[in-house]
Amino acid sequence: MSHELAIEINSLLAALILLTSFGLLVQRRVYGLLHIFAWQGVFLSVSTAIVGYSAGLNHLYISAAMTLVIKVFALPYILYVLIHKLRIKKEVEDMVNIPTTMLIGIAVVIFSYHLTAPIRELSTLMTRSTLAVALSTVLLGLLMMITRKKAVTQIIGFLALENGLFFAATSATYGMPLVVELGVALDILIAAFIFGMFFFQIRTSFDSLDLKEMEKLKDLD
Amino acid sequence: MPFFSPLPLAFSSIVIFLMMAGLALLLQNRQTFLVNMAFFLSTVSCGIGLYAGFEAVASGSMQTMIMPIGLPDLPFYIRVDALSGFFLSLASLTGLMVSIYSFDYVKGILSARKATKLVVFYCLFMAGMLLVLISDDAYFFMSSWELMALSSFFLVSFEDESAENRRAAFLYILIAHIGAVMILLSFGILAGFAAGFENFMGYRFSAMRSAEPGMLWASIAFFLAFFGFASKAGVVPLHVWLPEAHPAAPSNISALMSAVMLKIAIYGILRVCMDIIGVQVWWWGGVVLVIGLITAVMGILYALMQVDIKRVLAYSSVEHVGIITVGIGLSMIFTSFELRMLAALALTAALYHCLSHSVFKSLLFMAAGSVLHSTGERNMERLGGLIHKLPWTSALFLVGALSIAAMPLFGGFVSEWLTFQAFLLSPVLPNALLKILFPLGAALLALTAALSARCFVKVFAVTFLGQRRAVPTTETHEAGMSMRLAMSIAAISSLALGLFPSFVIDWIDTVPQSLVKGRIASSAGAFGWMWLTPISAERASYSAPIVFIGIFAAVAVAWLAFHGKKAATRRSATWDCGFEKMTPRMQYNSTSFAMPLRRIFGFLFVVSESVRTSHAQPGSAPRIRYSLRIEDRLWYVFYKPFSDAAYYLAKQANRLQHGRMQIYLLYSFITLITLLVFA
Repeated sequence: MSHELAIEINSLLAALILLTSFGLLVQRRVYGLLHIFAWQGVFLSVSTAIVGYSAGLNHLYISAAMTLVIKVFALPYILYVLIHKLRIKKEVEDMVNIPTTMLIGIAVVIFSYHLTAPIRELSTLMTRSTLAVALSTVLLGLLMMITRKKAVTQIIGFLALENGLFFAATSATYGMPLVVELGVALDILIAAFIFGMFFFQIRTSFDSLDLKEMEKLKDLD
Repeated sequence: MPFFSPLPLAFSSIVIFLMMAGLALLLQNRQTFLVNMAFFLSTVSCGIGLYAGFEAVASGSMQTMIMPIGLPDLPFYIRVDALSGFFLSLASLTGLMVSIYSFDYVKGILSARKATKLVVFYCLFMAGMLLVLISDDAYFFMSSWELMALSSFFLVSFEDESAENRRAAFLYILIAHIGAVMILLSFGILAGFAAGFENFMGYRFSAMRSAEPGMLWASIAFFLAFFGFASKAGVVPLHVWLPEAHPAAPSNISALMSAVMLKIAIYGILRVCMDIIGVQVWWWGGVVLVIGLITAVMGILYALMQVDIKRVLAYSSVEHVGIITVGIGLSMIFTSFELRMLAALALTAALYHCLSHSVFKSLLFMAAGSVLHSTGERNMERLGGLIHKLPWTSALFLVGALSIAAMPLFGGFVSEWLTFQAFLLSPVLPNALLKILFPLGAALLALTAALSARCFVKVFAVTFLGQRRAVPTTETHEAGMSMRLAMSIAAISSLALGLFPSFVIDWIDTVPQSLVKGRIASSAGAFGWMWLTPISAERASYSAPIVFIGIFAAVAVAWLAFHGKKAATRRSATWDCGFEKMTPRMQYNSTSFAMPLRRIFGFLFVVSESVRTSHAQPGSAPRIRYSLRIEDRLWYVFYKPFSDAAYYLAKQANRLQHGRMQIYLLYSFITLITLLVFA
């Protein structure tokens, strides 16, 4: 595989990751969200492996494998079990309607490209053009967390945000040191378990997973 | 360095305390054994510390060491010299007495709660205080200082089920932190000027001593350090935590806090303000002197108004810290005019007062603790007549009261007398303002001493004499063996400090020598150990042994004259003027005894007094209710505005808090975008 081909494939994967980010924003069904999230993980994993191959960095293969295992299989499975047990049917309710969210999302992407322009000119890495996509993925994940009402979708938004961070690390500096990545991966996995426990707690306390209920927690004097 | 020299001994004493704190956690299930072992080790360790401190002062030598612990490239430095040795022996002496006292005292509270927490933090508290004394760099000093502050916080909140105690502990930790921040800033200035602001190399005290910050920055560093330590010492207006925290803590801890911790703060003032920064202009000392005088007068006036016996003692600690501060201020003024000998005299007076105050104040707190222990009551208005039930405690409390009221024969007299001597030598000063200020200060100090005597007449009489004012809820019993022993040691020490001042001054002499480069022992003891002649015999002299013999003879003659014939003693009820219906409520009580002074000095307090007469039924005797509330005016000046402002700001900031997670995320999102755009 030639260097140019690798860059082309990587760009394609970046585009697909961006597409899945938008997919997460528009998807109304909660199982659909899980599928899109899993696909995002697949693209991320392949992209990492390709970068590892063409840059000759072996530790990126481990990262790619870890991404595949955790983000494509483990996390969606945990969330699937959770959703199943909590009997969530149609959990996606948003505060801002979807077309508006899409427009804000497009603005965010343009903003990211504008922001990373100076880095693209300075950097010599093959992945430099994908940095903008990585930043948009982070911001879109955050946007998803802001605009959704229910707790489960917030978690998926958070995990998408983390995907963006991982992608940013790969595209900006060919990945973080392996130790850091291992730590982050483990954290994500543990976070998923903690979220799961919280969901049950929140539901038993409020009879709902709507975050609006949590306003009651505010300390009124 | 031989092992039997001050520094290794002081260090091993600290190590024993730290070990015991860890060990206490393992012995949780054997409370009685834990208490016995902890306070036995604490007694031993204080004994070692006392010897170490005594040796350090007596030899006047200095030992330093670099510790293998600390941050990389920033090791801890420790040092014992005469000044730290003096406070080391003071802390250990008080610690020794309080440890002995604690055997029975802590066992007395075991039935109500576990003592593990008390033991752990007691050991950490002692270790923290001793570590402050031996640390020789800013970093180690602050760590030890915080260890002391935090462990004492947990001791104050030991009985944490009462909201009042929790509030007291909060106030204490708040003011302790404000003080610590000021000390840290002062160290920052000094370290910065010593080795540049880019590195940490100026953190050693020896480096700071060579710093030359210039007049403005030196003044800022001086007053930051002074007020930082003053907040811990309880100097007005930073005293508000003290009367809250001392009564809240268990009595053995109150004794330690009042007798030792306040002195550690005094040590801080001496170490940083006088040793490291060094007095450069006279008005620094002038400010310290004026603040000390205000503290002394206000402290004793507040003490007079209180009805809680431990609060009285706490406020009286404020007064005595004021007197010590006066001595330090005088010493600073004399130093700035290069009057070495007078500076040494004032400093010796301050140190002597530190020593005698720790002895008699721990005695009084321990006695108050045994009153509390046996009656369950702190309010003097409900006590009285305890001299019959608690003969030991009463007699020992009387010794403490005589000493604190600066009666001859006891420690308190000598130190206050020395402070007066320093005042009365003011005509030699080359400054007109100070010449006016000094007699005024001496008058205020005299007023303080008189009010202090009145205050302790009140405390002793209302608590121990007369008749019990309220029906006892528990059976009143005398204090345990170890408590009596500890109080007796304190009483004897106080008497010894009063009877043999020449020896003590001779011992202390190395401290002023190293700090202000002057000494008074040769002139003070010029006429043998019987006579104390601070500057010269023509000016003033005092012979405690002769006074003692005189008083002893007078008492003996009087006793023989009145008690010699047995038939002359007749016991009967108090003459009631034929009224026949005497009740204990007709006695003078604490509030009525203090009333004349409340009339005179009422403007210093916020006094709300009301008498309500109501007729329950027509024809029956009217019911009269008297209520009195005395509040600290300074609270409204120095604290209320700040706490109100803090609440207001918090309320405004609270508007940002909606309780909606999405809004919080939006805050992060906007912050992120803003930073990305502009940074």
